[in-house]
Amino acid sequence: MENNIQTRFKNFGQYGIFIAFALLCLVLAMITPRFFTVSNLMTIGNQVSINALLAFGVTFVIITGGIDLSLGSMVAVTGVVAASFAHPDTYPLIVPVLLGLAAGSGMGAFNGLVITKSKVPPFIVTLGTMTIGRGLALIWSNGRPISNLSDSFNFIGGGNILGIPFPIIILIIAFVVCSIILNKTVLGRYMYAVGGNEPAARASGIRVTRVKMWVYSICGLLSAMGGILLTSRITTGQPNAGAGFELDAIAAAIIGGTSTSGGTGTMTGTLMGALLIGVISNSLDLLNVTSYYQQVVMGAIIIGAVVLDGMGKEKR
Amino acid sequence: MSEPILQITNLTKSYSGVKALDGVELTLEAGEVHALMGENGAGKSTFMKILIGLVNPDSGEIVFDGKILGNGGVRDIDRKGISMIHQEILLIPELTVAQNIYLGREKEISGSKLGWLNDGVINAKAKELLTQLDVDIAPTTRMKQLSVAQMQMVEIAKAISNDARVLIMDEPTSAISDREVATLFRIIRDLKSRGVAIIYISHKMDEIFQISDTITVLRDGKYVGTKKASDLDSATLISMMVGREITNLYPDSVAQRGRSVLKVRDLGKKGVFANINFEVHAGEILGIAGLMGAGRTEIARVIYGLDRPDQGEVYIDDVPVRILSPDDALRHGIGYVSEDRKGLGFIPQMSVLQNMTLSSLANHRQGIFINAKSENSATHEMVSDLKIKSAGVGQQVTQLSGGNQQKVVIGKVLLASPKVVILDEPTRGVDVGAKFEIYKLIRSLTEKGIAVVMISSELPEVMGMSDRVMVLSKGKQTAMLSKELATQALIMKYAVE
Repeated sequence: MENNIQTRFKNFGQYGIFIAFALLCLVLAMITPRFFTVSNLMTIGNQVSINALLAFGVTFVIITGGIDLSLGSMVAVTGVVAASFAHPDTYPLIVPVLLGLAAGSGMGAFNGLVITKSKVPPFIVTLGTMTIGRGLALIWSNGRPISNLSDSFNFIGGGNILGIPFPIIILIIAFVVCSIILNKTVLGRYMYAVGGNEPAARASGIRVTRVKMWVYSICGLLSAMGGILLTSRITTGQPNAGAGFELDAIAAAIIGGTSTSGGTGTMTGTLMGALLIGVISNSLDLLNVTSYYQQVVMGAIIIGAVVLDGMGKEKR
Repeated sequence: MSEPILQITNLTKSYSGVKALDGVELTLEAGEVHALMGENGAGKSTFMKILIGLVNPDSGEIVFDGKILGNGGVRDIDRKGISMIHQEILLIPELTVAQNIYLGREKEISGSKLGWLNDGVINAKAKELLTQLDVDIAPTTRMKQLSVAQMQMVEIAKAISNDARVLIMDEPTSAISDREVATLFRIIRDLKSRGVAIIYISHKMDEIFQISDTITVLRDGKYVGTKKASDLDSATLISMMVGREITNLYPDSVAQRGRSVLKVRDLGKKGVFANINFEVHAGEILGIAGLMGAGRTEIARVIYGLDRPDQGEVYIDDVPVRILSPDDALRHGIGYVSEDRKGLGFIPQMSVLQNMTLSSLANHRQGIFINAKSENSATHEMVSDLKIKSAGVGQQVTQLSGGNQQKVVIGKVLLASPKVVILDEPTRGVDVGAKFEIYKLIRSLTEKGIAVVMISSELPEVMGMSDRVMVLSKGKQTAMLSKELATQALIMKYAVE
């Protein structure tokens, strides 16, 4: 009965972002010849990669009905931890990378632990760990940037393989793995269930605590990957790095159709959301629009995406 | 007879080419209780949505009080005097009774144009209103402290305060106890005497004959007929609704009673229930009867691990088991179908397939991955076993009818291969045709050697289906009756003990 109208709107929600993205690219290609050059596209990919990694992580979290505001702080902690083990001729590359990833996923696991044990809302818990994380990064680095990093470490964020920037390769791999987790694994199915109706998920025999622990830990791990990429790209471990990154990541997920009330969302949507944000800020740069206006435009797009999403729902 | 208050003719509504309503008519007199009957999907909800202005009809005419009722939206129609008491209560839990009754009309009531609130006036008005209805609720009570039945009374009071002349009640007794039903019916009779016309939607036959004057039946969106309630009996009414005859609603049992599967010893939870002892055997149905608040659902929740007991033991196959979560319960072979289908039954965003395998994904995993093939075949088999009607297993579960949603939830539990299944109000909000199918399904479970515990508020159902009936009253076990002894009178006697 009402299904057709509903699916029509839902389809718009799913494909709307592709259409918007394609239209935007088309317009940009026409008005700025510099947009559709290989070097510019590589620049965009490079810029998008960090935000996309964080956005993948937070997509998992939002699908389960949670939120993570500590992404940016996890980036900073990972960055300073990795950097301090990445000076030339000290440890092999694997050491700073693994320690960085461990720091991020550890923080994520801490988020998960507090959220599941205390029943305090994720918004509050991760608001707390956001501040704690920032503090820890400053303590670890004594408030100073950690520079003089090895060439091999700097390759992660700055190197190319066959002309493709290494961050883009990491981005593609992460996208594929995250999509598989979400669509093909038992854990992914449980994430949707927990976010869709947590009491029913529990009553169906799903160990909700375990699912949430995984989700926040994975989110921490992906933030850590973002943190290592950033540190390597700017060749410095900055305790102040990543501030505000959580908001761009959440924006990408939401623009990509992930519902903040949980239970729905896709990695493809999030990737498109991140690309859309990346392309828009890139094009505003190309068009010499000052960054002040860029912020206004970005905010309007976030609201617009959610309004469209809400219109689809109302019709149910 | 005088001019009817509401006259609806030839109402038609299609959704993308599918006719949800096709030439429906209804004539409502002032002071009458008019039952609207039909299976789920017959078009009752669409019909009511049109009447309260939520949906626009494609064609047809609604004449209210001699004038054509234009669609000015829900608020406009509410002001004109057509109000609906919803199945799901739409009041704000944190506000008081009085604040809820006058919500949105504070300015008129307080007499302040600026919108200063005057709780004194609102409380006094609400008190007057509630006294009029002879309802004993303090206007300053917060909504969340009330029982479902009391909330319903408040909704009715709210409609009356709005000078409602047509009141639509959608399944008003689905969540209230027998005693509360009596109060509700007293109020309905009182409203009738004041000339309010009531459209009453329910699946419960005995109620319909008890309260309604006239009955209109819809089937598949079409108008079947309108009859005086006194000219109808339930068999005729059912055949009008389903378009065929159902002779025996409760299929006969052929199952053999086997070994003891679930045993409960001295189970208790402080302030809720105490000293509960029972045993269910393979192939047996144990009915649990009792009034609302007797502790029936609470016992089920404890056995299934949703809540913790304070004392007592649960045995499966005569071995004591420790159940701390539903996950433990399922692993020990206990399945539970909740009375709260929306809250605990399914995941609304998910498909039929995803919902059905939720409790048994462990059987379809390869490492961390889901084996889509085995998941699919298990689901398809269950869908055809349970005769679930859907556009396919990929259809979103919320698009199914209530009866089919219930079957999906039951299917989910069955796919986890339980030894004992606890069914809590398995036919709530389900129409007659689907009820019959669910009864057959329950019987078929017993034939497979599954032990069944069935909690139900509908006495005919308990008596028709159970091999034994346990009666609870205020958290205490007051009787364990065999099928032969379990009469309506005896069950009620123990239920109020």
